[in-house]
Amino acid sequence: MGRLYAIEVIYRGIFQKQLATRITRSIVLAAHEEGKLGISFGRYGDSPERNGIPAKGFAIVADDQLTLEEGMAKYEPKEVDVTIAVDDTLCKGVESWAWYGLQPVNKLLKPGGTLLVTSREQPETILQMAHRKETPYNLAILKGTVSFSGLWVYKDDHTDVRILGAIAKILPGLFTLKSVQKTIVDQWNDSVKAESAARAYERISSVAVRPDQGNPETPYKFNFPKWHEMGEGIAIPSIPAGKAIEDPTTHESGGFRPDRNPTFKKYTTRTMRPVVNFDTCIKCTLCWLQCPDSCFDVTPEGLYDANMQACCGCGVCEAVCPVKDCVTMVNETAFEDNASQWEAWRKDKKGYEAWLADKIKSRPERSHGFRYRGQYEEQVPEMLEVARKG
Amino acid sequence: MATATYVEEQRSTDKTALITGSEAIAVACKLADVDVITAYPIRPYDTVMQYICKLVANGEMDCEYIVAEGEHSQFEIVKHASACGARVFCGSSGVGWMYAMEALTVTPALRIPMVAMVGNRALDDPGAFGVEHNDALTVRDLGWQLVWVDSAQEALDTALIAYRVSEDRRIFLPCAISCDGAFLTHSQALVKVPSQEKVNEFLPRYNRADLLLHPDNPITVAPQGNEDWVMEIRRQNYAAMERSSLVLKEAYADFERIFGRSYGNPFFEEYETEDADIVLMGMGTLSTPVKVAIRQMRKAGKRVGFVRMRWFRPFAAAELAKSLGRFKAVGVIDRDYSFGSPYMSGVLTTEVRSALYSAPGSKPPVLGFIAGLGGREVTVPDVEKVANSVYEAADGKSQPLTQWIGLRE
Repeated sequence: MGRLYAIEVIYRGIFQKQLATRITRSIVLAAHEEGKLGISFGRYGDSPERNGIPAKGFAIVADDQLTLEEGMAKYEPKEVDVTIAVDDTLCKGVESWAWYGLQPVNKLLKPGGTLLVTSREQPETILQMAHRKETPYNLAILKGTVSFSGLWVYKDDHTDVRILGAIAKILPGLFTLKSVQKTIVDQWNDSVKAESAARAYERISSVAVRPDQGNPETPYKFNFPKWHEMGEGIAIPSIPAGKAIEDPTTHESGGFRPDRNPTFKKYTTRTMRPVVNFDTCIKCTLCWLQCPDSCFDVTPEGLYDANMQACCGCGVCEAVCPVKDCVTMVNETAFEDNASQWEAWRKDKKGYEAWLADKIKSRPERSHGFRYRGQYEEQVPEMLEVARKG
Repeated sequence: MATATYVEEQRSTDKTALITGSEAIAVACKLADVDVITAYPIRPYDTVMQYICKLVANGEMDCEYIVAEGEHSQFEIVKHASACGARVFCGSSGVGWMYAMEALTVTPALRIPMVAMVGNRALDDPGAFGVEHNDALTVRDLGWQLVWVDSAQEALDTALIAYRVSEDRRIFLPCAISCDGAFLTHSQALVKVPSQEKVNEFLPRYNRADLLLHPDNPITVAPQGNEDWVMEIRRQNYAAMERSSLVLKEAYADFERIFGRSYGNPFFEEYETEDADIVLMGMGTLSTPVKVAIRQMRKAGKRVGFVRMRWFRPFAAAELAKSLGRFKAVGVIDRDYSFGSPYMSGVLTTEVRSALYSAPGSKPPVLGFIAGLGGREVTVPDVEKVANSVYEAADGKSQPLTQWIGLRE
């Protein structure tokens, strides 16, 4: 029996679907250059057509057909050699469209495997997000802004080939840089892309992660009931109506917080979050009204607090807010928890003001490159510059 | 009521009426005090909707009577009404039943105790009105309880039993009552119509209970589920269908107690089987020419019996196998086809062979016969021809496993 390799790509629905597919396909093709066999597929239970939803693609490679079938006999790998997260905010966890609870980004990594993340952050920031893992693994950061290259057409920013070059270094048994470069030229006839792969190969490095490093929170889980424990007729209890909120300072009750599904939160869809300047809010209700996820809690004094257990980070609230700088989207990597902004503001208004200013300044929002036609193409040179500098 | 002639009987609160099988179903709907009925015309089912329409117009029946814009909507409307706690009735025929197919699949999945009448009709093309059983049989794997009746009286009685069983909280599965087009839907016979008091005693109100779609019972019905849920959901319906046999037996016993009419074994009727060498089998109204033929053959010394399958789903495999084990050979007359099936036999034949295969004891040879398609008459000589072939098989002579009877050849 030969060696079996499994690699997963965790990506965000629609914007990165083509990127993930190009990576998993190219892994198989590059390995095939060296006589290996493989398959590439996306997880069918995911919903990769939905905006921002975490989803997975896989590449399974083996030395020979029988070994490959060992890997194919499982619908999806139970453990992988390399996990690739093509958006660093995915390190907070993965909740797929199916109900699995929150999966740590490194859940499937074999002991000693490598988590490869495209990011401009430092390892410390990544490890604040990624959950602790019982076995040691490696963290490799490929410097770069998040690639949202694949919406309908593929807007090439070289992220695909840079990841392939990095894999050649991380998992040298899988394929050589030479095979990667040949695959790149065969597919896209682009020697510049082949050079990008080589540059990533040369520069990528990784740090060891110990079991005591990482986000200590226990991810929420979902336990599947047995068939005779489930209600019949495909009927489930509705989410109950909500209730009033208690003011942390006065302990008076008021306002309204809708109850939400405790086992299907889907906030890992979020790449940025709104921060609210409650002092400037005019209580116009537009954010509350327009939020597609009903994420705003109404406070006793009639303000609107974006609940981070429910917010998917779409940015509609910022877009509809008529007050300048009242709602501002900030990169999700700037935050370590889902705590209520309104409660923090009620407890310490001065402190909140400073916190707010720091968040807005330190991690400006990510444009995702689709605010207007052609925006992503405008950003590609900057991304390539980041890639060149490493 | 223009078409019914009621005759007051002296010693009974029951009345006798001269009505068709369709009208008998309509009368059962009235007696069951059905709340919501949807209609869309297709022959021969449309006779039911016409009769119900008259009952409503004459002030004899109070219900929501909705004419839908097609069969798909027709079945969807009552599905939703049933989820809200209404007793419902629906029906169709042939390709109309097919047009409702999506609604027909979700109805058992959502555990909706809809009672429907299928006026059996050949599927198009060539657009024949006559009976074939393929229409109702298309839902045989989906969780529908399926029953074939052979008289207007049985149509009325079975409709009441269908409501009782389907709406039992242990079941909550739909039931389709198949009535052969023309032979049953369009011919009038004398039917005992039970009193409302007896029906009320037999049939409790429909109680949707924990599954009631109502603001006071906030539930979400039919959320999307993936492969992590589907097997458990299917297993629940498997259990409900499994329980259906038991609840059917209870209902038939109670029916006998209250109405004083017995159907014996609820699942199949046996005729002249006690001393039979061979038996014929079939569903629906072909029972009449078969019984007449049997009487003639018996005069000639041939000991032929008949087993009429009443309930096709649930299928009483063990009981049937035990019964059929007594005979030297079995001939199944299918008023349907299943092209490319094992031995190219009809649906009932294949099911009977399957029921026998794993049964303990003697396994008689089973011959399949396809007859009466598209409403063609199954004649007494046809039945004799079938019986002769089955006798040959009983004597150990090789016979084709599937034969077409009454075909121009």
